[in-house]
Amino acid sequence: MTAATRPHDLLRFATAGSVDDGKSTLVGRLLHDTKSILADQLAAVERASRDRGLDGADLALLTDGLRAEREQGITIDVAYRYFSTEVRSFILADTPGHVEYTRNMVTGASTAELALVLVDARHGVIEQTRRHAALAALLGVRHIVLAVNKMDLVGWDESVFDSISAEFAQFAKEFDVDDVVAIPLSALLGDNVVDKSARSPWYGGPTLLEHLQSVPVGEDPRRQPFRFPVQYVIRPQSPDHVDYRGYAGRVASGTVSVGDRVVVLPSGRVSAVKAIDTPEGSREEAFAPQSVTIRLADDVDLSRGDLIALESKAPVLTSDLTGTVCVVADRALRPGQRLLVRIGTRTVRGLVHTVIDHLDVRTLERHPDPDALALNEIGRVQVRLAEPVAVDAYHQLRRTGAFLLIDDADGATLAAGMADAPGEVPR
Amino acid sequence: MVRDCEDRMRTAHMTTTPVHDFAAYTLTHLEALESESVHIFREVAGEFDRPVLLFSGGKDSVVMLHLAVKAFWPAPVPFPVLHVDTGHNFPEVIEYRDRTVEQLGVRLLVASVQDYIDDGRLRERPDGTRNPLQTLPLLDAITAGKFDAVFGGGRRDEEKARAKERVFSLRDEFGQWEPRRQRPELWDLYNGRHRAGEHVRVFPLSNWTEIDIWRYISQEQIDLPDLYYAHDREVFERDGMWLAPGDWCVPRDGEALQTRRVRYRTVGDMSCTGAVESEATDAAAVLREVAASRITERGATRADDRLSEASMEDRKREGYF
Repeated sequence: MTAATRPHDLLRFATAGSVDDGKSTLVGRLLHDTKSILADQLAAVERASRDRGLDGADLALLTDGLRAEREQGITIDVAYRYFSTEVRSFILADTPGHVEYTRNMVTGASTAELALVLVDARHGVIEQTRRHAALAALLGVRHIVLAVNKMDLVGWDESVFDSISAEFAQFAKEFDVDDVVAIPLSALLGDNVVDKSARSPWYGGPTLLEHLQSVPVGEDPRRQPFRFPVQYVIRPQSPDHVDYRGYAGRVASGTVSVGDRVVVLPSGRVSAVKAIDTPEGSREEAFAPQSVTIRLADDVDLSRGDLIALESKAPVLTSDLTGTVCVVADRALRPGQRLLVRIGTRTVRGLVHTVIDHLDVRTLERHPDPDALALNEIGRVQVRLAEPVAVDAYHQLRRTGAFLLIDDADGATLAAGMADAPGEVPR
Repeated sequence: MVRDCEDRMRTAHMTTTPVHDFAAYTLTHLEALESESVHIFREVAGEFDRPVLLFSGGKDSVVMLHLAVKAFWPAPVPFPVLHVDTGHNFPEVIEYRDRTVEQLGVRLLVASVQDYIDDGRLRERPDGTRNPLQTLPLLDAITAGKFDAVFGGGRRDEEKARAKERVFSLRDEFGQWEPRRQRPELWDLYNGRHRAGEHVRVFPLSNWTEIDIWRYISQEQIDLPDLYYAHDREVFERDGMWLAPGDWCVPRDGEALQTRRVRYRTVGDMSCTGAVESEATDAAAVLREVAASRITERGATRADDRLSEASMEDRKREGYF
């Protein structure tokens, strides 16, 4: 596929790495070299850098937006950055690297298709690198870029790069990701970030930006089963549309065409797609992630929280949800806890039946039967649901396999969950 | 050539990616942004009892309303719009506002800063700027209308405190934003649960940039107030900005009036919104100018945002948009 035939599309990616790895510098470099930093932003950064007694512009100040972050010199929260080139627009979720901010990394990676993991060429793959790569893989990020930074400090030694990328590749084999690409670079000097460096003649691969521009966005929806969580029922009740009843939603995966036989879950009623409406007119086919309105041939009872799927490839219903969760609130998750479970557009009551294990992200070991999972901890849980819900395995279908655990009392999001294949018996 | 190198490199070190060809099944970046915004509108309509959309006639709120219309088509927009009127408006914008709500058949509510100043609940600031005064009338209107979701046109690329804000941003009963206690926002599972008295600010344009907004206005041929396009206007220069004289904005000594061909990049409070010199008479021409510009829209024309490094964060904490 060449740039000429490809639409100007949108890639969401996340960065991971600590301040020491030069992450903020790399992000600043990407923004700067793609001409995404404007004169007044740069002037503000230079002014703030001077106020802090620094010589040059500290590009980290571009991304650290909150007062506390600037005061403490650390990144607390996910920051979203935007830039674009001739062929593609990018949304970058810049996530803090410290272990106590695992939840932010999980947040940033949840919508990312690519994760950019940084290492310092002098230190190679360290515990934090493994943790970031493991989290990205767990969240279903399909592309990982290992940016081997500060190559200038190891004299652009090819063998250093080779051994780091080989070690990482070995580690990455344990994950289910489509591809892992290692790139030697210097964020500070700009080598191999946007422009190819003359200092690494031994490296024949793409620069970071070249790679970001060529990674395919999304997956071919024709290879996925159709899923459509109903968000809202549209009933104009106007003279022009007396009997109009449309189901508004965004195609979560796959494609659907007029005439397709569909099933509505959890009720199990079947019908056929009568029309696919958009404000620009009706269409024959819709695909993920388009927002459309679907009308059905039969008058079935359907509301927000229901899911429309192809009759031939429907998900199973389950009242026993098992999956891996990351605790994102400052309250531990324990067996016996009552809460709300949000899947797609559906919210049901749930009860934490078992905390099955605790995943050590550094070693990828699972420790069985923990008492609880605390903030930033990851593990598998089994949740009993008050009513059956359609669920997919997260590693196959991200949008219909993701769930939230919510505190009923104040509405806080307690944990982010990724469902196992339904029906799998927990060990 | 690049492909060859890439393949060689990947075979050498890593696994290979199969090359997909599903261009016909890939959304353009504007289609992806539009679909995301429509999804957000429908989530709010499905989860909340009383949403309201902040509408000033400014381009971001105009695009936001355009997306709301698309989200619920062919039904009308199922919530009213609210204008927090600074009383320092460009007459063209008020005329545009009234015409637009009339055309779309949406209900317009107005919260007036002037009323608050007249009866003493608010006092004019020494610098004459009224943008920061909007917070109190906004919060009162939210309470009076019992609104539980408030759509705002904020974008994360506008300002670095905004860059950290969620799409669904919980506000306490004082309307305040606590950046360190934000809910993590995962996938597209927006959590709008809140306690009585709290409300949620919702930003459907979070992921749009200024350029995206202009591309979309051009593509969709969205009608905007004329101020956004080049016109001749009497202006004077202050702090490197072109300001229009009015009741609240009088040239001081040494600030000479002159006629310039200008357009506005934002159209809020006349007293602190500056114009830029321009020849752009339609959206496509503005897009070309914006793409070539080396200054952000706030930096160029919003005096109030220059006050301090954290001025937006402070105003947001207090309950500002």
